[in-house]
Amino acid sequence: MMSDVALEPQVVAPPRRVSAFRRLLRHRLALLALIVLAVLVIGSAGAPWLAPHDPEELDIANRYAPPLTEGHILGSDDLGRDVLTRLMYAGQISLSVGIAAMLVTVIVGFSVGAFAAYYGGWIGVLLMRLTDIMLCFPSVFLLLFVAAFVTPSLASMALMIGLTCWMEIARIVYSQILVLKSADFIAAARMIGTPSWRIVLRQILPNTLAPVLVAATLNTANAILLESYISFLGYGIQPPAASWGNMLTNAQSDFQVDPWLAVFPGLAITLAVTSFNFIGDGLRDALDPRIRDR
Amino acid sequence: MTEQRSDPLLEVENLSVAFGPAKAVDGISFAVAQGEMLGLVGESGCGKSTTALALMRLLRDASLGGSAWLEGVDLLALDEAAMRERRGAAVGMIFQDPATALHPMIRVGDQIVEALQAHLDLPRAEARRRAVDLLRKVGIAAPEERFSVYPHEMSGGMCQRVVIAMAMACSPKLLLADEPTTALDVTVQAQILDLLRGLAREAGMGVILITHDLGVAAGMTDRVAVMYAGEIVEMAATEELFARPAHPYTLGLLRSIPQLDSGWDEPVPTIPGSVQGAERQTGCRFAPRCAKASEACRVPPALRDIGNGHSISCWNAP
Amino acid sequence: MTDVLTEAQGLARHYRIGRRVLHALDGVDLAVDRGATLGLVGESGSGKSTLGRTLVGLQRPTLGKVLFEGKDVAAAEPSFLKRLRRQRQIIFQDPSGALNPRMTIGATVLEHLSVQGWSRAEAQRQAAVAIEQAGLSTAFLSRYPHEISGGQRQRAVIARAISTDPAFIVADEPVSALDVSTRAQIMNLLRKLQMERGLTMLFISHDLSVVAHMCRDVAVMHLGRIVERAPRTVLFKTPRHPYTAALMSAIPIPDPVREKKRTRIILKGETPNPANKPSGCSFHTRCPRATDVCRSVDPPMREMGKGHEIACHHPLE
Repeated sequence: MMSDVALEPQVVAPPRRVSAFRRLLRHRLALLALIVLAVLVIGSAGAPWLAPHDPEELDIANRYAPPLTEGHILGSDDLGRDVLTRLMYAGQISLSVGIAAMLVTVIVGFSVGAFAAYYGGWIGVLLMRLTDIMLCFPSVFLLLFVAAFVTPSLASMALMIGLTCWMEIARIVYSQILVLKSADFIAAARMIGTPSWRIVLRQILPNTLAPVLVAATLNTANAILLESYISFLGYGIQPPAASWGNMLTNAQSDFQVDPWLAVFPGLAITLAVTSFNFIGDGLRDALDPRIRDR
Repeated sequence: MTEQRSDPLLEVENLSVAFGPAKAVDGISFAVAQGEMLGLVGESGCGKSTTALALMRLLRDASLGGSAWLEGVDLLALDEAAMRERRGAAVGMIFQDPATALHPMIRVGDQIVEALQAHLDLPRAEARRRAVDLLRKVGIAAPEERFSVYPHEMSGGMCQRVVIAMAMACSPKLLLADEPTTALDVTVQAQILDLLRGLAREAGMGVILITHDLGVAAGMTDRVAVMYAGEIVEMAATEELFARPAHPYTLGLLRSIPQLDSGWDEPVPTIPGSVQGAERQTGCRFAPRCAKASEACRVPPALRDIGNGHSISCWNAP
Repeated sequence: MTDVLTEAQGLARHYRIGRRVLHALDGVDLAVDRGATLGLVGESGSGKSTLGRTLVGLQRPTLGKVLFEGKDVAAAEPSFLKRLRRQRQIIFQDPSGALNPRMTIGATVLEHLSVQGWSRAEAQRQAAVAIEQAGLSTAFLSRYPHEISGGQRQRAVIARAISTDPAFIVADEPVSALDVSTRAQIMNLLRKLQMERGLTMLFISHDLSVVAHMCRDVAVMHLGRIVERAPRTVLFKTPRHPYTAALMSAIPIPDPVREKKRTRIILKGETPNPANKPSGCSFHTRCPRATDVCRSVDPPMREMGKGHEIACHHPLE
């Protein structure tokens, strides 16, 4: 029969490949979260051009102004500085610390997990036990301890937070690579002499991308929250530089006088953290390989 | 459609199983008599396993249609509590992979005891005694010692024997065996099939044997139903089906099995194309791959009797 | 004078599990002639996969040597090693696990070729040729594995294997995971490729009927040893080893009349655990012909004429 090895019948139409991004956009909460985050990011990054006032501009006559006062749409603080302006500039700090910390977690976590899984042996055991030990420490206390010795700056905070949050990614990468190691397509690559670095880069990395991406978004949320805790307690970003966290410190002491001062920084933190969480959820569903493109 | 010898043990009418818009099983009807073994044969995706799971009401998120009469009750219309009473007691099921069918953290003997105590009101000592008896009956040597063994300490064949013991613990009238030997070595397969046949005959159970292996169906069953893309395309007594296969799919399937002792130097005949997209056909689902396809095939055929208790679903055959 | 392409000499592979040793391969000698099609048959634990993977360079033996074109593979110098990597290829059982789910078929084959030194242009040309020879149009090069069927995936795996123009292919249960109707298509493809390219093929399967169609010679393995080896015409008509006979008898025949008339050899007892090998002949616990000598002495491989070798104290007939 000629047909048994003839060309397979052409697939009727090229498969409708819905990109992961488009699938993400179908997730309503994730879409909303993306919009909210976009607003926050544009507001923060564009602060020098978009903010109504200068962040250091004092307006003592109008201190503790409630929201919707003329000239201070979100109110003003104890020194008459415009809350909206401060919020936007503070956003630069909080968001960049969050994202930078996330990058640290991804780099450190992936390296540790990949090394441990790929090379195995006593290196693997050592690295994973290290990961386990690090997981025993509650991150807030660890950070407070380290912050007591280090002068907090944007970079040092990002690094500190990153170094206390990489363990989850390490574990994810470790288990993923362990499973992949025994896959036949990896064996095929090894058999023809593919060097290890090339196997990790070309074969393994694309397969670990999805869960790492999800973990990274969730880590960003976590990092923003941690920065807020630390700064609120006074060990993080120091005034006069503003972060959403340290705006809350002042708000706490001034609570009797002007409760509004606590609302907006708190709202900003909540919106940012929740947005990243929803985006993470949406990514998890969008990148699920079991959902076929149809 | 089915001969009325005596009242059939199980009578399935127009069973359909849909997951959302996709129909995995599309209106199949068949009957199983007491003491009879019916083979449900087909390739992956044809709906044979889904049929068994539907009968056991083990499918969540599926919408079921049609009816399945067992001992005067429609299994598909029962509520969960009533079905639970029947699962294990009136209908038993053996699954494909013995490694995952048994709980890895419970000793095998205790798993059989659990099956017994779920339906029979027995004191623990009596249940234990019966479990040991069941282990002996399924051919496990030293059953008292093996009672306390964990599944991972046993071979695949032995695990499957335990699964059979569990399925038969409460003497069900109907047994569903879903590819019971596919995961086993061929020499062990022979042992297990032998055991299954003996036990079924001794207990007078009706059995539905689901398999993709036509050889297994040939050696074990009294009647065979061939499934393709969610439908039964041919049904007959086993000897009749293999002696005079009529449906083009059955013919193609039989011809594409390499023979142990002949045809070595010729290419194996194949069925062109693939089953992908068959459920979306409006007419006969096999038509795109069928050498006998014609205009008439735009209308979906129904099972019709062609004599000798043999029915096929095709306009152009035999 | 036969031309032996690859050879296993005294091959053994041991795994340590706790205090016990698992003998996956226990002293295997096997020579495969150039252009030959050799079938390796056995059940789980027989070591057939381990042998195949060792012969193709995927695993290293604990003891013994693998020779290719007469040279010891373990002592190969870099230029010979480079040739080895092109000349020996493997087709896996599960087409889903054999392809990187995140790479298109084309990317997989290209990567396979470029690692071995082909330029991008050359590799693209060779990939196109290989995919068409495997029965798929070049449009499939831009598909991902999950977008195509199991049979098509296996064709992609075959395309990858033949893309380097190998001399020796190990096919490790290439059709076991496929549907019956797809099985026949892939078997025919492999036969066609073997004949057209003069490939030397080691075909591993637990299914004797499939092996009968693909291979001119067959070797039967049990618990890490070869117990019988013969040309297929001889083996299937007159098996001499009781295990081979039991294996053949266990295969269900799709013919109810013959099935009911057959005398089945149903083995007693369980397949022994490879970590707990029986003394003497590894088959004696299940063999209907076992005697005292079988329990204590391991039978050596003996030539029985007509290229028929067997390791048994009491061969049939």
